[in-house]
Amino acid sequence: MAEQSVTMAPGTGGRRTEWLAPLARRAEGVVLPVAALIAGFALFALFLLMLGKSPVDFYELVYKAGFGTAFSWQNTLSRAAPLLFAALCVALPARLGLVVIGGEGAIVLGGTATGALGVCLAGTPGVVGLPLMALGGALTGALWIGAVGALRHYRGVNETIASLLMAYIGIALMNFLVEGPLRDPASLNKPSTAPLPRSLQVGDIPGMDVHWGLIVALVCCVLTWVLIERTSWGFAARIAGGNVRAAQVQGLPVGRLIVGFTALGGAFAGLAGFYEVAAVQGSANASLAAGYGYTGILIAFLARQNPLAIIPVAILLAGFEASSGLVQRRMDLPDATILVLKAVVFVVILVSDTLYGRFRLFSPERWRTR
Amino acid sequence: MSTDIGAWAVPVAILGGAIRVSTPFLFVSLGEVLTERSGRINLGLEGTLVFGAMSGYAVAYLSGSAWLGVLAAALAGTLFGLLHGLICSLPKVNDIAVGISLMLLGTGLAFFFGTAFVQPVAPHLPSIPLGWWSDIPQLQAALRVNVLFLIGIVLALLLAWMLKTTRVGLILRVVGDSTDAARAMGLRPNLIRIAATATGGAFAGVGGAYLSLFYPGSWSEGISSGQGLMAVALVIFARWDPIKAFWAALLFGGAGALGPALQSVGIAKGYYLYYAAPYVLTLGVLIATSSPNRATTGAPGELSITK
Repeated sequence: MAEQSVTMAPGTGGRRTEWLAPLARRAEGVVLPVAALIAGFALFALFLLMLGKSPVDFYELVYKAGFGTAFSWQNTLSRAAPLLFAALCVALPARLGLVVIGGEGAIVLGGTATGALGVCLAGTPGVVGLPLMALGGALTGALWIGAVGALRHYRGVNETIASLLMAYIGIALMNFLVEGPLRDPASLNKPSTAPLPRSLQVGDIPGMDVHWGLIVALVCCVLTWVLIERTSWGFAARIAGGNVRAAQVQGLPVGRLIVGFTALGGAFAGLAGFYEVAAVQGSANASLAAGYGYTGILIAFLARQNPLAIIPVAILLAGFEASSGLVQRRMDLPDATILVLKAVVFVVILVSDTLYGRFRLFSPERWRTR
Repeated sequence: MSTDIGAWAVPVAILGGAIRVSTPFLFVSLGEVLTERSGRINLGLEGTLVFGAMSGYAVAYLSGSAWLGVLAAALAGTLFGLLHGLICSLPKVNDIAVGISLMLLGTGLAFFFGTAFVQPVAPHLPSIPLGWWSDIPQLQAALRVNVLFLIGIVLALLLAWMLKTTRVGLILRVVGDSTDAARAMGLRPNLIRIAATATGGAFAGVGGAYLSLFYPGSWSEGISSGQGLMAVALVIFARWDPIKAFWAALLFGGAGALGPALQSVGIAKGYYLYYAAPYVLTLGVLIATSSPNRATTGAPGELSITK
């Protein structure tokens, strides 16, 4: 097939559909995930039908609560910020072929570090204190997930299992710190660190009820896209992800790439924790372990590990999370309903991996010759 | 607390805890040994464990028989294993990612259908008092061994025998070590892997039923905190050997019992850190037993996790 396309010199036997050729492969990367998403929704609709609930009502409620009004959009968008960060924590290591699923630990510890620093920095102006707190949160996350990358490269420890174990350890560590050394004696029924002073809290984007974390997360997604698609670092990472031996023969610093990419992913997850504490909760407590890290895994896989595609997918999933409460109350469904929906979509997306390259419609050659 | 056995209380409590806590580890890791020996990895057994716990509890409550619950959990586990096996047989599908998604699905479905069973009380599985020879109540309590633990030991021995000496074991090992060699022998690797994954799922389901029907003995959403996942890591530590998996399960059970054991003698300070002990132990064991050049001894050749 490749030979055919070479013999087609431009201009000689060019077909009118030739301009579609470069688009075909890209279209595959959009059409298949969207089709899989719809298939996942359809499968979940079947599940609801079997339980005697109306799927139409369900999706209508989800739409209303997630995207129906300006208020619901603000609710959705403020939930999207941590999800964007969490998905980046999966997508960056994925570039190197690593499946890191422990972003939850980095989020929780990043938030705890933020809360602890906030106590130490009380009294400093926001311009000084906030960047230091953000740095502390990001560094904590970077250390946590970077350690997973280092263990993978230098000790051969499976990164998927190690990262999830470290998530459990991170949550236990947070519980210990928040209930012990860092506990604010005034927090009685919900152990927390001392509340952050007003000056050390992140405000809202002007005119919206959404904190600045959303803008920062969006910028991080774009920058990550530039890093992995347009820089030699990203290119080197892709080679190392495809074939470690080949990358080492080429003299690429595989170890530094793995540790660097996992640490950067961890830093983003740490930032998610920072914004959860400094913009939403006002102190570090057990609410940090809200499952954003796990939803981030689904988002990254749905977006096929592309940082730009993460943006719409994260907003969609944030809308689902935002609708959870209303769906429960109106339709008398358990609170795990959205979790089941997410899992069904996740399974279908992974099954759809088998369809890539199966359709001639998406083959560039089909549009050049015939 | 009728007899004072002093400092011995902690090791006795850990021994009893190890026996109680290790059973789910044992079942999940035996299932995973079987699955991984065929060349597949199933990371989703955590979800199977939780769903097994819920379905086992639900059926035991509705039918009044704990053993019917165990059967239901095994059946549910088989279905999850079958699903995992079928999906992973498709070309170009990432078996690690599929495991993660099925972990979510198992947990999600268990929580979804489990809300109705948080309150009711289901019958428990019977246990055998193996501590009758001692008159120390703590030791008697520690040696009150559940039947499933004993079944687990028998299963471990059977599995080891099967892998080593039987035709089925040989087929499983060939498929796990080389897909090409298996094909050359006229075997159908995908079919055998699906069967191994389904059986492994059944084991994990039974492990879940133990959680809800014996210890801790009730269904709640927090019933498993990563035991299924730790059991998968434990298989690497046990070098894919059922007998070693049994000892590893006991060790992990002991680590899990450390927190409650210390609490029982009044050491409550920082007990959240003791709850992290099993995870830290698992991670430490993984670090100690992994090797950067990937040639892990005893690993099935087709296993994606060690390739």
